Amino acid sequence: MIIGQIKNGIVLDHITAGKGMDLYQILGLDKLECQVAIIKNADSAKLGKKDIIKINEVIDINFDAIGYVDPRVTVNIINDGKLIKRTRIQMPEIIEDIIICKNPRCITTTEQDIKHVFKLTDREKGIYRCIYCESKAE
Amino acid sequence: MRSLIDIQELTTSEIEELIAVSEDIIAHPEKFSQKCAGKKLATLFFEPSTRTRLSFEAAMYELGGNVIGFSEGASSSSAKGESVVDTVKTVSCYADIIAMRHHKEGAPLVASLKAGIPLINAGDGGHNHPTQTLADLFTIKKEKGGFENLVIGLCGDLKFGRTVHSLISALSRYENIKFVLISPEELAIPDYIKEEILKKKNIEYTEVSEMQDVMPELDILYMTRVQKERFFNEADYIRLRDSYILNNEKLLNAKKDLSILHPLPRVNEIAVEVDADPRACYFKQVLNGKYIRMALILKLLEVEV
Repeated sequence: MIIGQIKNGIVLDHITAGKGMDLYQILGLDKLECQVAIIKNADSAKLGKKDIIKINEVIDINFDAIGYVDPRVTVNIINDGKLIKRTRIQMPEIIEDIIICKNPRCITTTEQDIKHVFKLTDREKGIYRCIYCESKAE
Repeated sequence: MRSLIDIQELTTSEIEELIAVSEDIIAHPEKFSQKCAGKKLATLFFEPSTRTRLSFEAAMYELGGNVIGFSEGASSSSAKGESVVDTVKTVSCYADIIAMRHHKEGAPLVASLKAGIPLINAGDGGHNHPTQTLADLFTIKKEKGGFENLVIGLCGDLKFGRTVHSLISALSRYENIKFVLISPEELAIPDYIKEEILKKKNIEYTEVSEMQDVMPELDILYMTRVQKERFFNEADYIRLRDSYILNNEKLLNAKKDLSILHPLPRVNEIAVEVDADPRACYFKQVLNGKYIRMALILKLLEVEV
C-alpha cells in the first residue's frame, strides 16, 4: 500500500501497533480539515509492526498527550518535503486536561472549572494517578 | 504558608516535633493558653463529624483562639451549588486557618490551592485523614515508645477506611514494620496503597480474612468501622458490617502488651466489654488527637512555641 509523501506537515512515526487510533482521538485529529492518514500495522525493522499518522499541515501538537498514550512515538516535522525536526517523545511527569478522572468520588466530578491533573507515579509501568484522589488513570 | 493535606507532606522530624510540642502542651497547658489569642479557626465540615470537628474546636479554644464554621454541607452555600473553591475563598476573608472535611476525595487539596490561608484536611471521603493519623502516631509513640519493630494489624474496612490509608503511609517510613491486613475481599486495601507504598518501599505485609489466627503476633491492632456512607448499596453494607467484631474471647491469645486502637466512632466492631481491658487505647487516642491538633495549628500558623 502506498501513501504519498507530504510536503508540509507532521508525521507521527513508530507508534506502537494498535495505538494509532488512540492517538488520533486524544489529539483531536478528527477536527482537522486537512488530509490525515492513519497507517495501521506498517512493517517496521525495529518494532515488527507499527502505526503511522501523517498530517498534511503543521499544527500544534500536544506532546504530553502523545507521551501519555505512547512514549515510543517520534514526531517528524516536514517542510517543503524535507525533514526539518525530529522529536523523540518522553513520558511527561504531569498531564493536564488530557484525560478525566473516572472515580465517582473524586472532587473533579463535581467542582467546576477544575483541571484534571494526573501525575506519573510509576515510570516503569507507565502508571498515572489523579493528583486529587490518587485513582489510576484508565 | 503551609497546609496539611496528606500525612506524607510532613517529614519524620516534623512529626517528632509535633509530638514533642503535644507533650509540652500536656505538661504545661498554661504556657499555651493564649498562643492563638486573636486568631480564628474555620471548621468547614461538609460531612458530619463528632470527634474531629469538636477536637479541632477544643484545640483552638485551648490555645486562646476562636472558632467559626459549619457542621454540615446543608447549612452552607454548597447546598445552593457554590463551589468548594468559592467557599474557601470567602472563608479566607474571615479566618486565619481552615479545617475542612468533605465527602469528595481531593476536595481539601483543591481548596488549599486557592485558600490563601493554611488549610488542614480533616478527612476527604475514603481518601486521607492526616490529623487522625497524627493522633494515631502520638498514641503509638506513647504506648510503644517509638515506631520501629512493630507488627501492626489493620482490621475491617481497609478499602474505604481513610485513616488506615494515612496510617500505612505514615508508618511505612519507619524501620522493620510489618502490616497484617485483615479484611474481607470486598473491603481489601486499594491497589494504590499496595503498589505505591508497600511494594515500592519493600514493606512486609500479609493479607488475611480472619482476625484470630494472626492475633498472637500483633503489637498493635487497629480496628475500623465498616462505614455505611462509603457503600453504594445497602445490601453490601449489611452483609459485611458484622464480619469483624473484636471481643474478649478473640483477645485471649493476644500479646499482653497489645495496643488496641480505633479512630472511632465504633458501631459494634469492638464489644463494649473490651473497653475495660487495659490494652484498649481508643479513648486515649481521642484525647491525644486534641493535643496533636493544637500542635499542628501552632505549626501552620507559625506561632512560636
